[in-house]
Amino acid sequence: MKKTYVIYNIAVVLVALLIALLIGAALFAVAGGNPITAYKVMLTEPLRGAFGVTETLVRAAPLMLVGVGVAVSFRSGILNIGGEGQILMGAVSGAFIGLSLPGLPKFLLVPLIFLAAFAGGALWGGIAGWLRAYLGVNEILSTVMLNYIAIQLYTYLLRAPLIDPQELAYGTGIPQTAQLTRNAWLERLIPGMRLHTGLIYAIIIAVLVYLLLWKTTLGYRMRVCGAEPLAARYAGMNVSRYLLLAMLLAGGLAGLAGAVELCGVHRRALEALSAGYGFSGIVVALFGGLHPLGIIPASALFGLLIVGADMMQRAVTIPAHIILAIQGLIILAVVSSALFITHRGIREKILGRFGWKEEVH
Amino acid sequence: MEWADLVSGVLAAAIPMAVPLLLVGLGEMFDQRAGMFNLGAEGIMMMGAFVAFFIDLKLQTPWLGLLAALLVGAAFGLLMGLVCVTFRSPQGIAGIGIYMLGWGLSGTLFRVYVGGPTPIQGIASLNLSSLRGVPYVGSVLAVLNPMDYAAFFLIPLSGWLLFKTAWGLKARAVGTTPRAADTLGIGVSRVRYQCVVLGGAMAGLAGAYLSVCQAKMFADNITAGRGFIAVALVYFGRWSPWGVAVGAAIFSLAVAAQRLIQFYGAKFPYELALVIPYVLVIVVLACSRNRDKSEPTALGKPYYREYRG
Repeated sequence: MKKTYVIYNIAVVLVALLIALLIGAALFAVAGGNPITAYKVMLTEPLRGAFGVTETLVRAAPLMLVGVGVAVSFRSGILNIGGEGQILMGAVSGAFIGLSLPGLPKFLLVPLIFLAAFAGGALWGGIAGWLRAYLGVNEILSTVMLNYIAIQLYTYLLRAPLIDPQELAYGTGIPQTAQLTRNAWLERLIPGMRLHTGLIYAIIIAVLVYLLLWKTTLGYRMRVCGAEPLAARYAGMNVSRYLLLAMLLAGGLAGLAGAVELCGVHRRALEALSAGYGFSGIVVALFGGLHPLGIIPASALFGLLIVGADMMQRAVTIPAHIILAIQGLIILAVVSSALFITHRGIREKILGRFGWKEEVH
Repeated sequence: MEWADLVSGVLAAAIPMAVPLLLVGLGEMFDQRAGMFNLGAEGIMMMGAFVAFFIDLKLQTPWLGLLAALLVGAAFGLLMGLVCVTFRSPQGIAGIGIYMLGWGLSGTLFRVYVGGPTPIQGIASLNLSSLRGVPYVGSVLAVLNPMDYAAFFLIPLSGWLLFKTAWGLKARAVGTTPRAADTLGIGVSRVRYQCVVLGGAMAGLAGAYLSVCQAKMFADNITAGRGFIAVALVYFGRWSPWGVAVGAAIFSLAVAAQRLIQFYGAKFPYELALVIPYVLVIVVLACSRNRDKSEPTALGKPYYREYRG
């Protein structure tokens, strides 16, 4: 009997995705492109060669980290929309360490950068967590505001105190830091491709977060505070503290995504480093069922969509920006589909149409 | 005379800042009064801004653009209603979906059909020379945009609609005690749909104000968080039209005063100055948390008619 439910749940999510993509097809048509060609290019072109596949995985690493963080926060009853800002604060903290300790050996420098990035992201997430837990400030609004603040702060730091001295010397003034020394770089896995070890770290961290949330008392308590805050309080748990902890962790994980982009892809902090991963990570988390083990494959899928959208832009001249709208539609479809999964009456009715009857207990 | 100059300078900068916040904030107030937390307002504003801009660009009829923005906003409100009322999705996350949809779609259409910064005619400011004699504020009031006056007029109108009509009572009932409202024969879903469509239309109009009345052009991300700020102002304004108006006014005056001070010499990195409004919103939210009877108690909660209790 349980098997039927699993198949049913998967079918519901897939139907929701299909509906989102169908409405997306209408958007392609409005934007003046052929939807069928657009989807074909978007979904198959990246898989045709090593370049597309590795680029997909390059995008998957930050998506996975942000997504897992979003899952931690959602499961603990707090919505983290602040991924963008947390990525930037993580990246800039990591860059600061990387630039001030350039001579450190690799086995020390990389962990230090990651630690600093985690701290930077955790600070940014923690502000929102603290405001929510102790002052009752809606976390969606505060994280959105903190995104705008982080972007300005980040740009300021790249424009003035942390700017590459060469940019000043040549008078070009592009807001970016100097390149990090080689000891701060993550190894590339395949020669000539950008795929780097960050993906492996991201997978390890996702599994660790799974173990934390589902195999430890701490994780159990965090999930209880998310699912039933009143029951949690009645059982003697300090709900506020777990909310704050969840946001520290979620922010820190997004900060790590910033470090991965910093050390693995760009090797310096530059403008638009977050590249929308903060928002896409939310979609990845929802699509992955707010479960780290679902988020790992989901991040590859959305990595594919993002790379595919870039390729589509060149092939059928629809701006890659449209992927943002498609992701919005996927969010709406996935959250709408939840009713069909959780509402027993609706579920039995639909399954009944397919000739399935609930077993009588 | 210097004081008069300062007052009119701050006012002239603050009013165009306050009006879009007021428009979207009043709409969001109806949403939230009915228990609907619409975070998609930001995305809906972007759609409204683009549609109004595009129609003015192609047909040179800004008023038609405003109308189209109203309709597009209402359509997005309908979508929000479908997702959150009919499918009972969590409203916070659905709002983010609407936001991304509106942002992605408006940006895409702009890139495809326009491409770069293009000025439009827009709706010109009035020139009411009879108002010039009013002390201090006369020179500002005389050159306001017609939409500014419309927005001011909407404050008492919203108050009347919310507090003095049967429909307003229904909307408030649905947002505080949907079960009781349902028992009395009020269609909870129906009223919530009406409010979310109204809120969407107002957000569309607020976006149109930005492109057609203020900037007289469109740019990606033209709203710069105003939709989210308005949601915060609704909290600050305790869900009343005058409260929202006061919130929008204080917020805009503070930002305008800060810009003016900066303009007159204070040395400060401009990126850090741009942060001030967003910090202000967080402070405002932290200060307006104390519960009172005006808060719609069912805010953000989907209504399950078939469940008891």
